[in-house]
Amino acid sequence: MLSKRIIPCLDVRNGRLTKGVKFEGNVDIGDPVETARRYYEQGADEIVFYDITASHEDRGIFLDVVERVASEIFIPFSVGGGINTVEDMRAVLVAGAEKVSVNSGAVKNPDIISQGAAAFGSQAIVVGMDVKQVQKSEAIPSGYEIVIHGGRKFMGMDAIEWARTCEALGAGELCVNSIDADGTKDGYELTLTRMIADAVSIPVIASGGAGSPAHMYDAITKGGATAALIASIVHYGQYTIPDLKRQISGMGAKLRMVW
Amino acid sequence: MLAILDYKAGNQTSVRRALDHLGIPCVITADPAVIAGAHGVIFPGVGAAGQAMNELLTTGLDKVLKDQVQAGKPLLGICVGCQIMLDYSQENDTRALGIVPGECRLFNAAWTEEDGTPIRVPHMGWNSIVQKRPCELLKGIEPEAEFYFVHSYYPAPPESYVIATCTYGEEFCAIHGGPGLWAVQFHPEKSGRPGLALLRNFYAYCKEASRA
Repeated sequence: MLSKRIIPCLDVRNGRLTKGVKFEGNVDIGDPVETARRYYEQGADEIVFYDITASHEDRGIFLDVVERVASEIFIPFSVGGGINTVEDMRAVLVAGAEKVSVNSGAVKNPDIISQGAAAFGSQAIVVGMDVKQVQKSEAIPSGYEIVIHGGRKFMGMDAIEWARTCEALGAGELCVNSIDADGTKDGYELTLTRMIADAVSIPVIASGGAGSPAHMYDAITKGGATAALIASIVHYGQYTIPDLKRQISGMGAKLRMVW
Repeated sequence: MLAILDYKAGNQTSVRRALDHLGIPCVITADPAVIAGAHGVIFPGVGAAGQAMNELLTTGLDKVLKDQVQAGKPLLGICVGCQIMLDYSQENDTRALGIVPGECRLFNAAWTEEDGTPIRVPHMGWNSIVQKRPCELLKGIEPEAEFYFVHSYYPAPPESYVIATCTYGEEFCAIHGGPGLWAVQFHPEKSGRPGLALLRNFYAYCKEASRA
């Protein structure tokens, strides 16, 4: 049986690891390559890197981080942030990432999903979705709306509908991030995660809100997710990855316990 | 030295980075002379079987690979490399290399996991394997070790070729072949310590075989 994955997410700005709450107030918390290596050695199942500046001049610094990670870490990792074209995808895949994550770039131009899948295979294309809960309406029947620009811009798109569209266009995986839960440590948005996991047949990663092993267990059971993304819970030393894995495994979930 | 077959359809650089890390000399190449001079060949692959076969046929590397196998050169196929060593793949209705009998089939989305949930395709993530017969590649690797898989099609060679299986909805072949001619469906170069150990075992076998 397939193991559920625990995936630390590293936000990188100017080549340094940062962390904010609800996408704001980011502070420097270390070197991304060092941190990634520590998580790899501790049994992380995959790692996500997010370039949160993605300005043209800083792109080179970030790609250098990706190359260093690829030479030292022998588990899969994905890279997102500022991916708007197939050429952007190619740059991070050539630098050594297995997967590339598109977010607002795909909302603005959904064709990038099918173009990326055709060029690199669906397995390489993750669509990251930032979602906020809103009033149910004709345009947003699920009550979950797609947002971009760190949650500041509402797109008038229903999250469930968008998830189905991404799958149809060839996405290999979806990472569902609740802006309402992000950085709160109050637990994942399980209703949203479950709705999307039920709507598609590709793997779904739950993101935003992890504060305890129980939250992660809920995401991969009640939430229907195949993986749980984490950040603050490990970045500040509250838990190590082996602590989390032991506890979640003890609750009855199947995780990779030998690494 | 190991030759990593360069046919523009693979994850050659990931394999090279893993071998570099292990201190195993290697070269990414499509040159038949370099391949012939290597202790062993790694045949990587990601993406679609049809595209991979086309590339091999247009470059003539299909013949180079078969000649090397004929000459007894150790070969390790990875993922799509593992799949197109068989006769046929359902993916793109592809006639494959036929180095090993059997075909490659699409996962059936109607299959369910042990907990009753339907499988999601691709099979993406870490899964354990069950060893069916002795294999030098798995020497020293804990039986509980898991490997990283990402694929929608799985190899189905005759049972006598199956070295290890994995279960995703149903049991399928995860390693096939025999001494000196192996294929793994998972990605050892991305499977952490156990995956690196498998690559180290392959190189040790290649060096031993060249001495014999």
